[in-house]
Amino acid sequence: MKTHLKLYAPVVAALTAAPAMAEDLTIGLASEPTAVDPHYHDLSPNNAVGLHIFSALGRLDAEQEVHPDLATSWETEDDNTWVFKLREGVTFSDGSEFNADDVVFTFCRVMNNESSISGTATTEVTNFASVEAPDPYTVRIKTKKVEPLLPELLSQIMVLSDGIAEHGELSFDLENDCGVTGAWPSVDDFNNGKAAIGTGPYVLEEFTKGSSITLTRNENFHGETPEWDKVTFKPVPSSGPRLAGLLSGDYDLIENPAARDIEQIENNEGLEYTAAPSNRVIFLQMDTGRDDSPFIEAADGSNPFQDERVRRAISMAIDRQAIVDRIMDGFAEPAYQFVPGTMFGALENPEPIPYDPEGAKALLAEAGYPDGFKVTFHATNDRYINDSQVAQAIAQFLTRIGIETELDAMTRSIFFTRRSNREFSFSMGGWGSSEGGAASFLRQYVTTGNEELGVGASNYGGWSDPEFDAVLLEAITTIDNEKRAGLLQQAVKLAMDKQGFIPIHFESSIWGYRKGLHYEGRKDQYTLAYEITSDNGQ
Amino acid sequence: MLLYIMQRLMQSIGVLLAVSVAVFLAVYAVGNPVDLLISPEATQAERQQMIARLGLDQPVWSQYLTFLWNALHGDLGTSFVHGQPALSLIVSRMPATFELVVCALLLASLIGIPIGLWVGLNDGSFGSRAVMTGSILGYSIPSFWKGMVLILVLAVWLNWLPASGRGETVPVLGIPLSFLTLDGLRHLTMPVINLAIPNIALMIRLTAAGASEAVHQDYVKFARAKGVRNQRIVRRHILRNILIPIVTVLGVEFGSLIAFSTITETVFAWPGMGKLLITSIYQLDRPVVVAYVLLVTFIFVMVNLLVDFTYAALDPRVKLTERMS
Repeated sequence: MKTHLKLYAPVVAALTAAPAMAEDLTIGLASEPTAVDPHYHDLSPNNAVGLHIFSALGRLDAEQEVHPDLATSWETEDDNTWVFKLREGVTFSDGSEFNADDVVFTFCRVMNNESSISGTATTEVTNFASVEAPDPYTVRIKTKKVEPLLPELLSQIMVLSDGIAEHGELSFDLENDCGVTGAWPSVDDFNNGKAAIGTGPYVLEEFTKGSSITLTRNENFHGETPEWDKVTFKPVPSSGPRLAGLLSGDYDLIENPAARDIEQIENNEGLEYTAAPSNRVIFLQMDTGRDDSPFIEAADGSNPFQDERVRRAISMAIDRQAIVDRIMDGFAEPAYQFVPGTMFGALENPEPIPYDPEGAKALLAEAGYPDGFKVTFHATNDRYINDSQVAQAIAQFLTRIGIETELDAMTRSIFFTRRSNREFSFSMGGWGSSEGGAASFLRQYVTTGNEELGVGASNYGGWSDPEFDAVLLEAITTIDNEKRAGLLQQAVKLAMDKQGFIPIHFESSIWGYRKGLHYEGRKDQYTLAYEITSDNGQ
Repeated sequence: MLLYIMQRLMQSIGVLLAVSVAVFLAVYAVGNPVDLLISPEATQAERQQMIARLGLDQPVWSQYLTFLWNALHGDLGTSFVHGQPALSLIVSRMPATFELVVCALLLASLIGIPIGLWVGLNDGSFGSRAVMTGSILGYSIPSFWKGMVLILVLAVWLNWLPASGRGETVPVLGIPLSFLTLDGLRHLTMPVINLAIPNIALMIRLTAAGASEAVHQDYVKFARAKGVRNQRIVRRHILRNILIPIVTVLGVEFGSLIAFSTITETVFAWPGMGKLLITSIYQLDRPVVVAYVLLVTFIFVMVNLLVDFTYAALDPRVKLTERMS
């Protein structure tokens, strides 16, 4: 009998596994996409869902590195001219063929997008001096300004089918609507599925706002067939009910279970989770630009943040490891630069800033503030993970070395408005670096504001360091990858030396799922169903 | 009658106008939606362009007048976030909320009124006192906590019902309804129970109070002396007389549940109007918030009007025309 069993075991196993059954996947999302139009609103949930239906010339992997996708290769002819070779034999979900016309059409639609919320990709396309297609599978782009990150940026412009609008001969001629004669597709055309025709692994079956997004496999997909026949996204913004849905088996995978609830997942035999460090850094921004800052009270009426020793003292007074361990429940990493070490241009091993309250006090005294000073610290209470508790801890650490810190935490809508009006002296922010690795944070926050060059837009504290500016501006116009990485590392070092901004930690993103599934997680915090695998799959 | 309706409608328009001014100013004071909507990497030019496109560069009174002018033409503005007319966005969420509220109030009446009657007629007995004490509990437990406990017990522990969301819908006259499918019913059950519990308690208390008072009225004593059967006394004399406050409260509850079943909808991720309101407030989606409050005011006004008409049908003493003088 025993031998029989042994004999049949593989057969039984094969039988139960063999029917590669109609596998469905239901995912509980933390925030709902506002549209499936990939050019509607540049938000993580929108982009993540968009990537199921559409694809782009390049593809960013979990570490934000770019790989060929609709383009098989690219090269520069000179600093301003890029040539992309397109993949042949790719069809859209409606069966039409993909070629250079679709790419040109996509760029044109970006600029003719009445319904869009916040001009996604308009900055990039505005930078194009010309786009030509010498043959159906080659695209030559000339840029006005040097843009070393063009492949990364184009990885985020999802390609549409030129069949969704009536047109004659297509060319990148923005003055004359590029040859499009019909109406440009609107966001509704995408949401109801009419224009949602892409080259991604899935097609849109239904989008019921507030309720669910259903996708089915794209039979015409050019890449590796994903494991799931049907994927349903259900938005459940409150973390309690989302976890309950996972526990009760309604969802196979959920985004961002609260860190304090991880124990429940750990103790449940049927569940597992992945925690992956994200590219979002939490940092402190100080008003260094104004001599008289609204929320500082120093004995001599000066602005202490203008003194490098004070900034260093603040950085030394904060026990980052304690914040990570006790407030973030271990789901974060102490930050000593602005992007995680694995990203492009980051320092591999940045020098840790030791927790040293005594040293901090000494530095303060040396800077002329032996009795400290008073400051109001502004933070959000509903934007970043545990933001108000983190801010509270920081306020206490600083009060301990004599900087009397009063915390004012508020809802994000008010915080962001006031911060962009430069109403704060000292605030806590967060930034997720996407393409370009280290350059992203540095050019946005640390560089002296310059509208024309498109840098320093978030430099609300008026930080300015000419030496740093020179290095960074050179870096972001250097095409050669190796040289650029070197320049960026130099810029990070300069920024960290002067402590113009103080990084605290990198948030981790967490995914909880039923046992048997696998998801490695992504730095950009996207949940991509086609990267989720199961034990049943090959 | 016609004059009365006209008069009431004029009043309603006045109320709507006053509410629109209040809401508009309140929403305006909260913050700048552009800071939430626009990508932080956007240039100053893009920012200005967006501000102009949304009409936020105008002074507040001019924004209000534009809004009013458009509203008179039936356009309550376009959602900043969804790029869709605010009114149609809200209306598209209405069936889900209506379904929830109607089911909850039906359940509340079907359970609450009979129990309340029994309690009122058996005033002072141990059973009635137990029910009355229990009803305080049902009325005072906070909705979000109750919802979480329901989810924990029925979904997580027992695994009987799905934890959240709306189930499969079928269109009836173009309106997607979920209580006609098994999956839909399973999803509907918990939020309905959650909404119904405080209302059951309310119905019990109202009916009991009314009934225990009515039992001692002369007309009941008289009917009893006349030898009318007990069942008929309860149904014809007591119930009909105490229904007026119950209908009033049901009307008010209907209005407020439609408008503010927000907590239940949030806990159960129910795609109704309340959840839309919460998300819109978070995202500073001004047109949706303003349109929502106006619509809700409108519904309240209408419900009150209908309640007044129902009085007339229930109580022969109430005549609509009399109340004009």
